Amino acid sequence: MAERKVTIVAEVGLHARPAATFVQAATKAPIDVTVAKPGGTPVNAKSILQVMALDVRKGEMIVIAAEGENTEELLDQLAAIASAP
Amino acid sequence: MSLRGVGASQGVGHGPVFVLTAEVPEPPEGATYTGDADQEKARARAALDEVAGVLEGRGRQAGGAAEDVLNAQAMMARDPGLLVGVEALIDHGTAAERAVYEAFGRYRSMLVGTGGYMGERAADLDDVRDRTVALLTGHPMHGVPLDAPEPFVLVARDLAPADTALLSKEVVTAFVTERGGPTSHTAILARAMGVPAVVACAGATSLAPGTLVLVDGSTGEVRVGPTDAEVAGATGAEAARQEKLAAVRGPGRTADGHSVPLLANVGGPGDLDAALAHGAEGVGLFRTEFLFLGRKAAPTQDEQVAAYRPVLEAFPGATVVVRTLDAGADKPLAFLPAREREPNPALGERGLRMSRRFPEVLADQLAALERAVAGTAARLHVMAPMVATAEEAAWFTEACRTAGLAAAGVMIEIPAAAIRARDLAEHVDFFSIGTNDLAQYLFAADREMAELSALHDAWQPALLDLVAAAAGAGRPCGVCGEAAADPALACVLVGLGATALSMSASALPAVRAALAGHTTEQCRLAAAAARSAKDAATARQAARAHLPGLADLAL
Repeated sequence: MAERKVTIVAEVGLHARPAATFVQAATKAPIDVTVAKPGGTPVNAKSILQVMALDVRKGEMIVIAAEGENTEELLDQLAAIASAP
Repeated sequence: MSLRGVGASQGVGHGPVFVLTAEVPEPPEGATYTGDADQEKARARAALDEVAGVLEGRGRQAGGAAEDVLNAQAMMARDPGLLVGVEALIDHGTAAERAVYEAFGRYRSMLVGTGGYMGERAADLDDVRDRTVALLTGHPMHGVPLDAPEPFVLVARDLAPADTALLSKEVVTAFVTERGGPTSHTAILARAMGVPAVVACAGATSLAPGTLVLVDGSTGEVRVGPTDAEVAGATGAEAARQEKLAAVRGPGRTADGHSVPLLANVGGPGDLDAALAHGAEGVGLFRTEFLFLGRKAAPTQDEQVAAYRPVLEAFPGATVVVRTLDAGADKPLAFLPAREREPNPALGERGLRMSRRFPEVLADQLAALERAVAGTAARLHVMAPMVATAEEAAWFTEACRTAGLAAAGVMIEIPAAAIRARDLAEHVDFFSIGTNDLAQYLFAADREMAELSALHDAWQPALLDLVAAAAGAGRPCGVCGEAAADPALACVLVGLGATALSMSASALPAVRAALAGHTTEQCRLAAAAARSAKDAATARQAARAHLPGLADLAL
C-alpha cells in the first residue's frame, strides 16, 4: 500500500472544482484509490459524494492511498491536484 | 409591502414574478417493484446515466463556470458509491425511484451536517435526485422558460444550475430565492451574468405568479407592487452608477492625469479573455506554476515557449510581468525535491531559494521566455519570488542577463526586502509587491489560518509602511496582491508611490473608476491618513475621508 500525505491549500478546500478534478483523475485509474483524513476512515476517491462528505477544508491534511501497479505515478498526480492552490 | 432577504448580486431589477415550482414528489416509503431485481437495477442505472448526460449537455452549451458545476453534478449521478447504495436497496425489494431517493438522502444529511458552503451544495444533490426520480416516475420537470414576451423576476425556493445555466440577461431581470447564501450558485451565477439577486428571502415563493416586484440586489429588499415612481427612482439611480463605472475607460490614471497602468493577474492562458475584456493594459503577474504542477519532470523548453507565447502575443506593446517558478515544500514538485521534511514550508526552501539549488530549471525557464518573446511586441519583464537580500536580487538579475532578458525584477514579499529596498534597487529594474505573502511574513501569521485573518488585513498600517518603503526606493514598483483589487486601497497604494496595479480582471473597472475620481494629491493624503492610524479599521476609515469620489460610485 503506497500513500501520500497532502495539505489542502485551495480556498474552497477539497470541494467544488478541486474535488471534481481530483475524483475525475482517480476515476481514470484501473486500481482502487482511497482518501482519508489522518486516522479517519478511508473513502473511495472515485466517489464525488464520499469525497465531498469527507469535508476537507483549507489547511487540513489528507492521506491518499492506493495498491497495485503504477501507484507511484497515480499518487503523485493526485497529490499534485489536491495540493494545487 | 416588502420582503427582505440578503443582497447577493448588486443592481436593481423589476418585472412580473415567475415562480419556479419544480417540486418532484417523494416516492412513497416502502415502494416495491414487481419483476426482476436486475431489470430494476438496469432501470435505475439508465435513469442516472440519462440525467448525467443531460447535465453534461447543458454544461457544454453554457460553458464557463456553469459547465464546471453541471459536470460536478453529472459526476454525482455517475457516483460509484451511490450506485452501490441504490443496488443494495433494490436487492432488498425497494423500487428504483425510492432506492434513488434514499441513497441520495444519506449523502444529503452528511452534506447538510457540515453546514456553510457544503450545506449549500445539498441543493445540487437534490436537483440530481429529483431529475432522476422524475425520470423514473414519469413526473414532468418544470423548466424555466428560456424565452418570454416580457423579462421576469425568477423566484424559487432554490435554483439549480441546470435551471439557470442557459438563462440570459434579456429574459431574467433579477433572481429571488428563499434559500441559499452568498456563495450559493444563484449568487455566483447572478454576479457572473450581472443580474441582481436576493437570496435567503423568506416567503418569496408565496408571491402570486405575475405580481410586479422591484428587487434591490444591494440592500436585499424585494418591493411588492412598487409604484411607477419607485421603479423609476431605483432604476435611475442604478443606471447612473453603472454609467459612472462604465464611462471610465482607457488606461488607468488619476483625475489629474497621473498614469497608473492597470494590469491583470494571470494564472494561465485561460485567463486571457477576461483580462482583455476588462481592459487590462498588460499582465502584472503571470504565474507560471500551472505548467509545472503535477509533473514528474520539468516541461521542455519547447513546451514552455508554446505556453508563454499566447500570453505575450495577447498584449502587443504592453508590459507582461512573468514570475519565475514559485515552488517549494508548500507546492512540492517531483523534480525539485525538498532536502527533508520542512516543519514550516512557508519559511522553507521555496521560490528563488529553490531556483538557486536547481539553477538549470531556472536557466531553462529564462531561455524559454527569451525565445517566447522573440517576434512578439510585448515588453517582457521577469521577476523572482521569495527574494530576501540584495545578494539574491543580484544573482537573479545576473541569471536574466545571461539569458538575454532585458528587464529583471523581484517580488517584495519578505519584510527584509522591503526594509532594505534601496539595497535591492541597485541590482534590479523593478519591484512588485505581493501583499498577501508580505502580510504573512510581516505579522508572522500563517496565510492558511482563517483564525488569523485579521492580521492579513491589507489595511494594517505596518503593511502600508513596508509598501511605502519599497515604493520609495527609486525603482518602478507595482502591487500585485489582493490589496490592489480594493478600489479604496488602490488609491492609497498609488498615494504611497505604487506605479502599477495588478489584480484579477473583474476588479479592474471599479479600480479604474476609483482612480479616475481622485487626484494624486487626494491619494497621497489618503495614504498619509491611513499610515497615521493605529489599526486597520481606523486606517480604512481615515483614508476614505480623503476619497469622497468612492461614495459617488457606490464603492
